[in-house]
Amino acid sequence: MTGTDTEAIAAHARQMRRDIVQMVADAGSGHPGGSLSAAEIVSTLYFGVMRHRPDDPAWEGRDRFVLSKGHAAPVLYSALAEAGYFGREQLSTLRKLGSMLQGHPDMRKVPGVEVSTGSLGQGLALANGLALALRLQGNTDSRVYCLLGDGELQEGEVWESAMLSAHYDLGNVIAIIDRNGLQIDGPTSEVMDVSEVGDKFSAFGWFVIGCDGHDVDSLLDAFEKASRHTDGPVAIVAQTMKGKGVSFMENNCDWHGRAPSADECATALGELE
Amino acid sequence: MSDKRATREALGETLLELAAEGRDDIVALDADLAKSTTTAKFAAKYPERFFDVGIAEQNMMGTAAGLAAGGMTPFTGSFAVFATGRAYDQIRNSVCYANLNVKLTPTHAGVTVGPDGGSHQMLEDIALMRVLPNMRVLVPADYRAAKGAIRAAASAQGPFYIRLGRMALPQVHGEDFVFEIGRAYVLREGADVTLAACGVMVERALAAADLLAGEGIAATVIDVSSIKPLDGPTILAAARATGAVVTCEEHSIIGGLGSAVAELLGENAPMILERIGVRDSFGTSGEPEELMRHFGLTAEDVAIAARKAVARKA
Repeated sequence: MTGTDTEAIAAHARQMRRDIVQMVADAGSGHPGGSLSAAEIVSTLYFGVMRHRPDDPAWEGRDRFVLSKGHAAPVLYSALAEAGYFGREQLSTLRKLGSMLQGHPDMRKVPGVEVSTGSLGQGLALANGLALALRLQGNTDSRVYCLLGDGELQEGEVWESAMLSAHYDLGNVIAIIDRNGLQIDGPTSEVMDVSEVGDKFSAFGWFVIGCDGHDVDSLLDAFEKASRHTDGPVAIVAQTMKGKGVSFMENNCDWHGRAPSADECATALGELE
Repeated sequence: MSDKRATREALGETLLELAAEGRDDIVALDADLAKSTTTAKFAAKYPERFFDVGIAEQNMMGTAAGLAAGGMTPFTGSFAVFATGRAYDQIRNSVCYANLNVKLTPTHAGVTVGPDGGSHQMLEDIALMRVLPNMRVLVPADYRAAKGAIRAAASAQGPFYIRLGRMALPQVHGEDFVFEIGRAYVLREGADVTLAACGVMVERALAAADLLAGEGIAATVIDVSSIKPLDGPTILAAARATGAVVTCEEHSIIGGLGSAVAELLGENAPMILERIGVRDSFGTSGEPEELMRHFGLTAEDVAIAARKAVARKA
């Protein structure tokens, strides 16, 4: 990647942050904290890493993306709109009756949404299934990227799926853990400590890479390393900050699932200029 | 009868047939019960298209959903108790909410599991599956019907629940039987009472009709293997012609066939209804036939309910 590419990805992430704040404010509900923490991760995937065609969402050669932490739907919707899967005017319909932009991603409604998610812990199993299907269909190029929250790792199914990825040598599965350290009830370390996330995945047979989840170059480097590891699944533990970019939302679990008021929205957008 | 076979035997064999016919999209998953469910037969011939997920039913459903989203047609095994309740949220959110092409074909449903006892005797699965949008629910009455149900599900888009059993059953359908989703089959016609049955209870309803005939009570017997979608016209026509209905199922009387028929009759033709089924209780250890007697699921029990229904008409 050139410096220009890095800057373009960072610029998309800045736009996505503005979209997230505006969308959740317009909706009057939603999850800004965990959407903001994932802005660079998702931006880097959609504008620097993944092969995909916004004008042909079903293109067989595409890489697949699974948003296991489905409540971060705003970050995905913004990326899809930025990429051109649908018009940006859709973003203001988030969570409203009749909108294709449901509170959590619906594959039957939104072009570019690979699978429906929202109930935590289920995305990695879906990613594994997609990866197995690619293998059976002889597609050795496409990869499946799955973004999980760190609180989500408390769901037992995640570890059932982690076992399966390694057992079936799914070298086309790359999980990214948005390690923002907060969940609804408080710090993840206090609610139910998921502790050494990388060690856990490593113990389950995964190749583990750490990175700064807000540094595009660090993310690009991690994805590049991941692409070279093809004989088994790769977990990228991205250190992030919940609410990143909006001073009063940063590292504050109260903003996990709360919409900003009109004033708060204006303040936040001012900070994100 | 020498041709007695369990409906579970239809699973592995039908998947093998479909694969041999060129259905390269078909894959099977199981959760450490492949030998019991018979998916092992498919695994032996098509190992690259079979995935044992270990003892992890939630993961089995999620992986199946991902395979379906990727264009494959997955069939899932395990026992009915684990394949429904244990993985309910995965079935709801990963499979049904997304309307994915996953076919749930668990075995060992009902009390005919036998000695394993109440923890393993699934009596609530029809209720759990019937309430899910997009899910269709089939409870075949014999081996032939089970094969037909599996084939029909394989050719239709969207999620299915096909309830299969461990106990060998006689054939109630002839060789020319063709299974159709959403169709109830009238196996015998009589003017006095309608016996609407599914699964293992169909042969018992037919035997009950024989008992009743000896007493001058003529029974219509319907195989309602398609519980969702329900064949309303066929059931209502028989109900109206006889004026009394008895439902028969190896399942809780809450939420299953009896409830589905009660809902249908209540909205369209309120009438006398008796329900044969397990009356809000868990199962218990015992031999299958002992348990069918213990829980009131014999032909004689059906006949008693039919006599009561006919008497209520007077």
